[in-house]
Amino acid sequence: MSIQTETTTDTAPYVGRPVERLDGPAKVSGQARFAAENHYPDMAYAALVHATIARGRIAAIDTAAACAVPDVIAVLTHENAPAMIPAPKLSLLDLSTVASATSVNYLATDEVHWNGQPVAVVVAETWETARHAASLVDLSYEELPAVVDFAAEAPNAVPERSMPLMPSKADKGKAAQALADAPFSVDLQFSTPPHNHNAIEPHATTAVWDGDQLTLHEPAQNIPWLRKHLAKRFGIPEEAVRIISPFVGGAFGGKSRAWPGVLIAAMAARATGRPVRLALTRAGVYHTVGGRTPSTQRVALGADAQGKLTALIHTSVSRTGRVGGMAEPITAASRHLYAVPNIHLSQRSVELDLLSNTFMRAPGEAIGTFALESAVDELAWRMGMDPIALRMLNEPDRDPAGGQRFTHRMLREAYTRGAENFGWHQRDPRAGARRDGPWLVGMGVATAYHPSMRMPASVTLRLHADGTVVMRCGMHEMGMGSATVQAQIVADEMGVPLASVHVEYGDSDLPPSAGAIGSVQTASVAAGVIAASTMLKRSLLTLARRAPGSPLRGRKLEDLQARDSGLHHPDGGQTYAEILSAAGRDHLEAAFKPSMLGFVARMAIDSRRWVTGASGAQFCEVRVNADTGEIRVSRWLGVFDVGTVINPRTAASQLRGGIIMGIGAALSEQTLIDGRTGRIMNPSLSEYHVPVHADIPHIDVDWLNEPDPTTPLGMHGIGEVGITGVAAAVANAIRHATGKRVVDLPITLDKLL
Amino acid sequence: MKPFAYVKPVDIGAAVAAGAAPGAKFLGGGTNLVDLMREGIEQPDTVVDVTGLPLSAVDDLPNGGLRIGALVRNSDLAADRRVRARYPVLSQALLSGASGQLRNMATVGGNLLQRTRCPYFYDEASACNKRDPGSGCDALDGFNRSCAILGVSDDCIAAHPSDMCVALTALDAVVEVTGTGGTRRIPLTELHRLPGQTPHIETDLAPGDLITAVELPTATGNSAYRKVRDRASYAFALVSVAAGLQIENGAVTDIRLALGGVAPKPWRARQAEQLLAGGPADEAAFRRAAQAELASAAVRPGNAFKVALATNTIVATLRELSNEGTRR
Repeated sequence: MSIQTETTTDTAPYVGRPVERLDGPAKVSGQARFAAENHYPDMAYAALVHATIARGRIAAIDTAAACAVPDVIAVLTHENAPAMIPAPKLSLLDLSTVASATSVNYLATDEVHWNGQPVAVVVAETWETARHAASLVDLSYEELPAVVDFAAEAPNAVPERSMPLMPSKADKGKAAQALADAPFSVDLQFSTPPHNHNAIEPHATTAVWDGDQLTLHEPAQNIPWLRKHLAKRFGIPEEAVRIISPFVGGAFGGKSRAWPGVLIAAMAARATGRPVRLALTRAGVYHTVGGRTPSTQRVALGADAQGKLTALIHTSVSRTGRVGGMAEPITAASRHLYAVPNIHLSQRSVELDLLSNTFMRAPGEAIGTFALESAVDELAWRMGMDPIALRMLNEPDRDPAGGQRFTHRMLREAYTRGAENFGWHQRDPRAGARRDGPWLVGMGVATAYHPSMRMPASVTLRLHADGTVVMRCGMHEMGMGSATVQAQIVADEMGVPLASVHVEYGDSDLPPSAGAIGSVQTASVAAGVIAASTMLKRSLLTLARRAPGSPLRGRKLEDLQARDSGLHHPDGGQTYAEILSAAGRDHLEAAFKPSMLGFVARMAIDSRRWVTGASGAQFCEVRVNADTGEIRVSRWLGVFDVGTVINPRTAASQLRGGIIMGIGAALSEQTLIDGRTGRIMNPSLSEYHVPVHADIPHIDVDWLNEPDPTTPLGMHGIGEVGITGVAAAVANAIRHATGKRVVDLPITLDKLL
Repeated sequence: MKPFAYVKPVDIGAAVAAGAAPGAKFLGGGTNLVDLMREGIEQPDTVVDVTGLPLSAVDDLPNGGLRIGALVRNSDLAADRRVRARYPVLSQALLSGASGQLRNMATVGGNLLQRTRCPYFYDEASACNKRDPGSGCDALDGFNRSCAILGVSDDCIAAHPSDMCVALTALDAVVEVTGTGGTRRIPLTELHRLPGQTPHIETDLAPGDLITAVELPTATGNSAYRKVRDRASYAFALVSVAAGLQIENGAVTDIRLALGGVAPKPWRARQAEQLLAGGPADEAAFRRAAQAELASAAVRPGNAFKVALATNTIVATLRELSNEGTRR
């Protein structure tokens, strides 16, 4: 994808400006082509057949009726499908193995591992035919006992393996003893339900084979991982896989691994010799793409008479699938938020006969902060303290769990500004004191936190003689404004107008990007842009210094400024066009390729030196109907410390989106998995309640805009911090409005009757 | 979706004849039927599109009532000035349902025959006596938050999902039906059946019976619709209340009360009405009446909260109406 930037003549820095989204016009005019909108002559359509038991074997599969439907090309089952190579096991030496969403070798086995697993695919001349024929495939099973009820199985949980990049555990001092000795304490049990992905674009693949070359149009959050995974599964070199993914219609973690759809689409295309489009139905997404784990959590806090915390215990139970899944850092934020001498954090999990859990916006932190921040609020009630004052009192100077210093810590400032702007000081501290007609009105706060990380990203910059700069990086544009913000950074680094920057992205033919996961992409790619810019400017200077009479002769790069499309010194400079022209070149290119090993080593060293994360203070006002228990969020303010904000327009959108998703988690979202069958009973936007417009008030977002000294341009990733703390802020506001502490999400009205 | 034949008759006689054929289904706005066909729940052989019939008018009746054509779109009916002025409960109920896009398509006749949103009815892999008679009811011990607590049976606890029907029930609406044997009029309260042992039979309509109109008697006073659900919009009612209330000298002179989200059919709360009629219009009386109506509730763990919720919502709705009456 290549996009020409908007025209402007302004030369002030672009970073920090609310530049309009470069891909906006293409999207609103329908010219942006998503994966399911690519057409090929002779293209066929695929539809999946899903298992309807949780565990067992296929006893018989009868495809005669499906095959008999006119225009059906093939019905592939474990009896006739070409087998893929099994999925690679997770290895930290090769992070692309994270793309193995499950260990199931689809259509190569008669085993069923979850209710909804694809067990056949129909390929037909039309989508309607494929879907109808899929409904005619007749299956019978030999069922095996399945364990699918999380609540029933949670007591049997076993300790989780620690996650190397996302530490969640901690043991410091004697937490249990300190809790028992504390004059004030709370000890609460929480539960959160499973969530499923509901990006506006359901997963869809268009797969085309040319000999042993595979081209895929696929919404992807991590093109390099997916490419490597597919190459392994189909036994072809990585170079033989091309993934084209210029537009992703939302992902939130749900498009970062190889779920069954993309694998079966590629398999079906190879088996039939036709280009194949497999577009999942909404229910198909629920049945074949993992979601957020449910959890049970315990948070216990002890405090002395002044409110200084003496003990913090946070433990969790989550689940994975027997065929895949991962630990989610549920207790991770509890490492960083409060100065406590005695800390115990640990995680356990159970394996169920369900589809793997997976990344979903702030996995772990989104639900972990619900429990922690609810408990802190409840402690404030116990002590008769203002919940902000309690947090201020316990704000740490160094990382409480690891002892490292913070690179950047401005939670006090965030709370101070938020309290002022939200009118916190007008809040009557008593519960249930404010009433507006039938509505009880309450205010609550909670802390947001998400770690800041980076991954290696390769970036190529090419300067043309006409002054344009082409940035090439296979990064992912899922709607958050990736191309726009990187164009701003390129323009500043190279000192060229934004209109002169072209950004190419979303294609495996481009230099590999970091994944758009873990809030890492923007900072990771920015680091690549800065490095590539420096290389490019150095090459330009080298070229210039060779030219006789160049005003740059004898200059060092450090003494020069990149501006007005050139390199300048107070005593004189040259434009890029002049430099290239004098050297007889029509372009100059710099390619930055980070070493993975060096990167990991640096990360390991840094993590011992300091702790870095995005944080914020979430302020919520709710109204609870005294008759019906209906809950309406009526005001919101989030004040964030996310370092430098590259683009206030796209940043505000990201943070608001996180808050909206958090309000959904607080009040309405949950996947209903039948404890008898493991079947998802609400696989639709009608019955799985994400917030609608009427649920969401105007949301104010604000940030402190203070750069972090250790990150590229001082920025933090902002994709995930917005959702953290939200559910707790809602629960805490409800506690204030009604006097009731709700510890089980979602907070539906029956819990307040 | 199973392939089907499609016909679009231009007169009522032809529509009735086509609809009487085995495996035929009438298509109005399609907002429910097409969804169900996509899921394989409905598999008609023939779809009889009735949207070409002249049934889209809203006419005043000589007695002061209103005659609403079966093909009037939900949005149009909600916006009709006569409906808004004389039957606010109906306009409010319509606007609380579905989304703007769906209301633009949905018809009055189709809305009357809307099918349940019980998750087990919608899932072909689950047991459901309504979808597959004799297969059992997975909702009894499953997710039954949306299910009914009044008028249920051991075979089915599915709730009727319509908002419009609840308001029409409170308004004493009469449904005009044309079938192979001619035209007849059915009080709305008698159109839908309770599940008993035959939950798959939802109405008294025979094959070919086409709903052509709904008639409303003269409006009797102030009315309101209150819908309580799991999000602010675009969700089915957990509980809804349609009420009409007239008070003179502190006493109830006219009361109409119907409930949604709690029963297999739009539920006319006759017991509560009888208790309230002629008595005081105060909070205690409202609550006693509501409790009496809910006394026969048969709850499951997932929907037990509906007793308190329905009681409170009835009280709140009547309180609001009585306050409005006092203010006038």
